[in-house]
Amino acid sequence: MDFSFSEEQTLLRNTVQSFLQDKYDFDTRRKIVASDEGFRRDYWQQFAELGLLAAPFSEEMGGLGGGPIDTMIIMEEFGRHLVVEPFLETVVLAGGFLREGGSPAQQEELIPGIIGGENIWAFAYAEPQGRYNLADLKTTAKKDGDGFVLNGYKCVVLAAPWADKLVVTARTSGGQRDRDGVTVFIVDKGADGVSTRDYPTVDGRRASEITFENVKVGADAVIGEVDKGLALVEKVTDQAIAALSAEAIGGMKELNEATVEYCKTRKQFGVPIGKFQVLQHRMVDMFMAYEQSVSMTYMVNLKVEEEEAERKKAASGAKVQIGKAGRFVGQQAVQLHGGMGMTDELSVGHYFKRLTMIDTQFGNVDHHLKRYSSAA
Amino acid sequence: MDMSFSPEEIAFRDEVRAFIADNYPQELRDLKTRGDMTKEQILMWHRILYKKGWIVPHWPVEYGGTGWSITQRYIWNEECARAETTPLLPFGLSMVGPVIYTFGNEEQKKRFLPGILSGDDWWCQGYSEPGAGSDLASLRTKAVREGDHYIINGSKTWTTLAQHADWMFCLAKTDPDAKAQDAISFFLIDMKTPGITVRPIITMDGGHEVNEVFLEDVKVPAENLIGEENKGWTYAKFLLGNERSGIAGVARSKKAIERLKNIAKAELVDGEPLLDQEEFSTKISEVEIDLTALEFTELRTLAAESKGQGPGPESSILKIKGTEIQQRITELTLEAVGHYGFVYAPHGHERTGNEYVPGPEYAAGQSQNYFNMRKTAIYGGSNEIQHNIIAKMVLGL
Ligand SMILES: Cc1cc2nc3c(=O)[nH]c(=O)nc-3n(C[C@H](O)[C@H](O)[C@H](O)COP(=O)(O)OP(=O)(O)OC[C@H]3O[C@@H](n4cnc5c(N)ncnc54)[C@H](O)[C@@H]3O)c2cc1C
Ligand SMILES: Cc1cc2nc3c(=O)[nH]c(=O)nc-3n(C[C@H](O)[C@H](O)[C@H](O)COP(=O)(O)OP(=O)(O)OC[C@H]3O[C@@H](n4cnc5c(N)ncnc54)[C@H](O)[C@@H]3O)c2cc1C
Repeated sequence: MDFSFSEEQTLLRNTVQSFLQDKYDFDTRRKIVASDEGFRRDYWQQFAELGLLAAPFSEEMGGLGGGPIDTMIIMEEFGRHLVVEPFLETVVLAGGFLREGGSPAQQEELIPGIIGGENIWAFAYAEPQGRYNLADLKTTAKKDGDGFVLNGYKCVVLAAPWADKLVVTARTSGGQRDRDGVTVFIVDKGADGVSTRDYPTVDGRRASEITFENVKVGADAVIGEVDKGLALVEKVTDQAIAALSAEAIGGMKELNEATVEYCKTRKQFGVPIGKFQVLQHRMVDMFMAYEQSVSMTYMVNLKVEEEEAERKKAASGAKVQIGKAGRFVGQQAVQLHGGMGMTDELSVGHYFKRLTMIDTQFGNVDHHLKRYSSAA
Repeated sequence: MDMSFSPEEIAFRDEVRAFIADNYPQELRDLKTRGDMTKEQILMWHRILYKKGWIVPHWPVEYGGTGWSITQRYIWNEECARAETTPLLPFGLSMVGPVIYTFGNEEQKKRFLPGILSGDDWWCQGYSEPGAGSDLASLRTKAVREGDHYIINGSKTWTTLAQHADWMFCLAKTDPDAKAQDAISFFLIDMKTPGITVRPIITMDGGHEVNEVFLEDVKVPAENLIGEENKGWTYAKFLLGNERSGIAGVARSKKAIERLKNIAKAELVDGEPLLDQEEFSTKISEVEIDLTALEFTELRTLAAESKGQGPGPESSILKIKGTEIQQRITELTLEAVGHYGFVYAPHGHERTGNEYVPGPEYAAGQSQNYFNMRKTAIYGGSNEIQHNIIAKMVLGL
């Protein structure tokens, strides 16, 4: 048993850290969020140059041959700086679909665009009625000659305003919530019949509502098998959950450090407020919540490539832990900062908001408790 | 002990219900949150109630109160919450008003109470300072007597809605040598006085609700001092007791739970209403039970008050439990709206007219509401401070 990082992994962390320390302080992040585009395309290029976008791909695919642990390291550091750029959507999700389910031709055609930073992807899966059920789809893809015609509506597609390519789930057969009959498609965002409306999210990112109206795609747009896409979707979203967990612990770490520091310096009643035992115990609870989340994050990243039942339990277990811990740590960090914690000026509220939304992403605590129980 | 309404009380309920139905402005019904309202809209309902004579049911009749029994006041609050009328601002009606009629002189009552009642004067609360939050008595704003006026210097912060205020009630030190509690005085300051600067503080939900207020050589006539010099701490604490119980918001929370249930009926999990999911409905039941307990705790407090006792340190229970419940409801509401919790709904001051807020109407702004409501455990004396008060004053620790 060994929980230490390899030399390459430590180097990777150092690379990410020094980039973000130089170029992603909180003020810069604020400007990025407020800018017209809402993210930095030049940073994205620099991520490519630093090899971050290549990290989890095998060497045969042109990557650096890392695995979930490398992704975890990147996401944790991104979490510490509240990075908004679409690493999760492009590298973890779209990259994951291509890696896990893509044909050699698709991999050859599309992975270089991810690694090189030329393409940005978004994952259009959620529908208003479907909540967190990945199979609950009203979006349809009907056979049309060799290809398919897509019709439907996807909501809150994160990072879609920045993307040029989409991974889309649609129903090719069966009833609205059947496990069978789900197919995964690649769709160009610029294709005829795709229309988007963009908006900002509360955690400083951007999203779109997307309508598909008679969107024609070829047979080569299918990732994996027709009608059998759900297992692939579950696998890749579990990988995304492993990555999100890492982002969450990065955020919690920052909040805990900021809170302890604040309580040591903020004085009321003639003493630093950290002298009050009730606050000390609160911070101890925050610290334990964080440590437990780190453990679950390591666990899920170590197990995310195992067989299905084991993987599902790991992912759902981690999601429950980070959902609860993120909420507690976020709320208490705000509380212990008093009025200052409520401000837009301090980073505390921004971490709190991001942690809150991480709980919603790919299913909240209740959803994953149930999924965990049914996987057990 | 008796919980049922008498026929007269039922008639009263029907009367106020009809009044609200007939008089609550359509313009306000169409709005969602206070963040979206103009100053005039915030005051609209206030002015209607003033005209009717129902603006301060909780005041003594001689100053404009209605003379209602606690049951009638309870019914009134219930009916307002039921109709989701815009909450009245507490700063004049519940905070400084009672201080003025309790500790002010005849001149001050004549001069200030009419504007509070009519809504013509908008008040803000100048208590907190950058260095004085929970430890309010450590405030450093100074007032120095010079002839027939005081010169005030210092800075206040977190001042809610000071951007609209005509007047501020303000604590300042008048004795540099005495111990804090014997050094503070209570002033009424015209916000138009030269030397006052108001700067916005934007909160994490994007709203502009609080401000910094800087006071630089602000000249305040001596007749705007409430009560005696250096006795302000007594008045300040009297006000805080009222502020705390005002924060409980039982009737509003009932309505918020009803709204939450409606959302949970509309949201689907595998084609079934979220409300029918046991894990979710259990959470709603838990908060509802907490609220029932709080409602009865509040009624017990009110009953004691009507017999001339209180509000004592028990008002801290109302503050802690009331805010925990409000926060829990907003948390569950955010949970209920699912993916659409991501959407940022721009505030009034950010609107350009081209915003796009997707999703069902009930989802708009729910996450921001949740973020914003974290404030309730911080303001009005943080919940940790309320625990300290109960520990010391009630348990004798
Ligand atoms: C089942 C059992 C088995 C035990 N076995 C052993 C044993 O094998 N050997 C042995 O030596 N002892 C043993 N103990 C004794 C045990 O170590 C003491 O009970 C323990 O140290 C607490 O001391 P106390 O009972 O005097 O409680 P107190 O110290 O009087 O504490 C009372 C309460 O005050 C709290 N408290 C005290 N100080 C603080 C503080 N500074 N801050 C916050 N809260 C505080 C405590 O947490 C507790 O809730 C055992 C006790 C039990 C119940
Ligand atoms: C949205 C909002 C609106 C407000 N509106 C107004 C207004 O209109 N007018 C006005 O005057 N003020 C207003 N306030 C200020 C509010 O009253 C203060 O924020 C509050 O008193 C806490 O002070 P602080 O922010 O300085 O936090 P601090 O006092 O610095 O507290 C920081 C943390 O330490 C804890 N703490 C402090 N002392 C102790 C202790 N002895 N034991 C245990 N824990 C302790 C607190 O509970 C808190 O968690 C508002 C605040 C907010 C957030």
